[in-house]
Amino acid sequence: MNNHKPFAAVLAALALAAAPVAGAEPVRIGMITTLSGGGSALGVDVRDGFMLAVGDDDTLGGVPVEVLIEDDARDTSRSREAAQRMIQREQVSIFTGTIWSNLALATVPRILAADGLFLSPNAGPAEFAGSDCHPGYFNVAWQNDNLHEAMGQYVNDEGYDNVYLVAPNYPAGRDALEGFKRYYQGDIAGELNTSLGQQDYASELATIRNADPEAVFFFLPGGMGVNFLRQYDQAGMRDSIPLYGPAFSFDEAILEAAGSAAEGAINGAQWSPDLDNAANREFVEAFQAKYDRRPSLYASQGYDTARLLASALAAVDGDISDMQALRAAVREADFESVRGDFRFNTNQHPIQDIHVRRVVPAEGGGHTNELVGMAFPEHRDAYVGDCAME
Amino acid sequence: MLLFLEQLLNGLQFGVMLFLLAAGLTLIFGIMGLINLAHGSLYMVGAFVCATVVAYTGSFLLAVVAGAAAAGLAGLVIESTIMRRLYDRGHLDQVLATFGLILFFNEAVRMIWGPRPLNVDIPTWLSGSVELFPGGGYPVYRLAIIVIGLAIALAMWWLVQRTRLGMLIRAGAADREMVAALGVDTRVLFAGVFVLGAMLAGLGGALAGPIFTVGVGMGENILILTFVVIVVGGIGSIRGALVGALLVGVVDTLGRAYLPTLLRWVTDPASADGIGAGLASMLVYILMAAVLIWRPRGLLPAHGH
Repeated sequence: MNNHKPFAAVLAALALAAAPVAGAEPVRIGMITTLSGGGSALGVDVRDGFMLAVGDDDTLGGVPVEVLIEDDARDTSRSREAAQRMIQREQVSIFTGTIWSNLALATVPRILAADGLFLSPNAGPAEFAGSDCHPGYFNVAWQNDNLHEAMGQYVNDEGYDNVYLVAPNYPAGRDALEGFKRYYQGDIAGELNTSLGQQDYASELATIRNADPEAVFFFLPGGMGVNFLRQYDQAGMRDSIPLYGPAFSFDEAILEAAGSAAEGAINGAQWSPDLDNAANREFVEAFQAKYDRRPSLYASQGYDTARLLASALAAVDGDISDMQALRAAVREADFESVRGDFRFNTNQHPIQDIHVRRVVPAEGGGHTNELVGMAFPEHRDAYVGDCAME
Repeated sequence: MLLFLEQLLNGLQFGVMLFLLAAGLTLIFGIMGLINLAHGSLYMVGAFVCATVVAYTGSFLLAVVAGAAAAGLAGLVIESTIMRRLYDRGHLDQVLATFGLILFFNEAVRMIWGPRPLNVDIPTWLSGSVELFPGGGYPVYRLAIIVIGLAIALAMWWLVQRTRLGMLIRAGAADREMVAALGVDTRVLFAGVFVLGAMLAGLGGALAGPIFTVGVGMGENILILTFVVIVVGGIGSIRGALVGALLVGVVDTLGRAYLPTLLRWVTDPASADGIGAGLASMLVYILMAAVLIWRPRGLLPAHGH
């Protein structure tokens, strides 16, 4: 046992040396996100939204910050190693950026074990909302099921009772359909589990048309969704069978690639560019001015994450040596969210309105989403009961 | 029955798409003995150039020609700078080098066109659907792909069986050293075959644009199936590539359409959907394994291999 004492002393000394003096050293923030390869549009949007809030003077809440940006290329081991490196070499204790649930599940435990703070701008696996909830983990976006649940509820509200379901055959795809069915009461005309990365949906479309459902709910992220939307349109089904899906299937990148094929589709989202509040108007305008493109759902999440952190850093006056105090400040969620009202549930996941949007032609070309209604006011995720935190 | 016919057409259409890629891949593998993993990258180049030319000129025909030409040009460049050094190396070296090319092309495309996928609209004269059977419209564009694909297959057959170049290609596939010993300039022959394959891949990519996403990494998905096609059809043989492509296209499409329904006869609907989907995505690989057991060299192999 004695052997451990010098080691512990060295660690304590290091920790002291690493503790920043307020106002002297900038607060380091590790942003590990997907910037290259498949799905990089999401990471780029989260980063750009976050950096918009950081601004050109590199401050959050008046506190100087240094954002260390690292590309994980959607690879679990790269994400985990980047976190490890930042913890050990750069003494980073605040992390964000992760897009994908499988990467979060691999990386976040390392950060939490080092007594770090993790603010998820996108990934929201059920584990972290339920049994594995942790005082150091905050989700600023949603629990994965939320936007699917919203569509289940809305399709119900619209009076449909014969819906066809389509999702890829992998964990997030099955979760999506579970989420939808949690609130949808009607009959299921059929269910298609497509393969991951599938490009051609001609066979599925013929099967769906043959089943003659009243509506179709689909979750096909990224390029799969673009292919599906366009082929759905080309098969002449867009006008006869309405399409429903989560906002992930209708983000700015997908709308650009799908063109008019997505027009009229209904989707569930916690944010929309036309949400009427001061913070959002300012965000949409500033984002467009800085990056010369429309902000996406992901950009709004990155922006909110940065502004949440700004409120907490301001509350502790830039002193992050007391992690307990910093977490408590984050938990207050004392910031103007672009979504309007926003607060944390006991599992540190959002309690927020989930809206319903429709894809419409945008001013100045292209397409965008506009609000058409609300699926859930002040929605909470289904896993909070499994979380031991209070 | 109508649904079955429609699914058969879907399978046929998917098959001819695969053929455009497989034709080049099988020739390059059969004649030069080169495993070219970057073949999918040439398909991607064709799609991106086609999308760009459509955006600037509005002419889809011109764009398809430009896509094929650009892929051919890219093929010429990588053949004369990289591939030429790989013909005499082992397959592992080739895999390593051409995998590197995939990474290079993906990043290059991302730097030029950005990470967001592009949109290509179907030209108005090919949009809409025709009523092939009462109540069942079929998209004109997909029909056009079937026609173009089969026309290319016919042209390739003519080229390989009826021309002097085709004779050299067949001879090269059968015995590379002997062709060289007979005084044929194999450097030119190899470069020609490589560019031809690249152009077909680019044509495939350009035609795929309006149906599939034009995005970084689009070539890798389809490349795996293309390898299955040439293994099933027999390496180095154009006829084999056509038969293999149609077989894989039809089996894959019909499997996705009917396996879950068939499984409902033996198990409950929920697990039938899950197992059916899993089994359907494995079906082409099961087909490949079965063909390899029955005919280890593929269905219609080139002579001499």
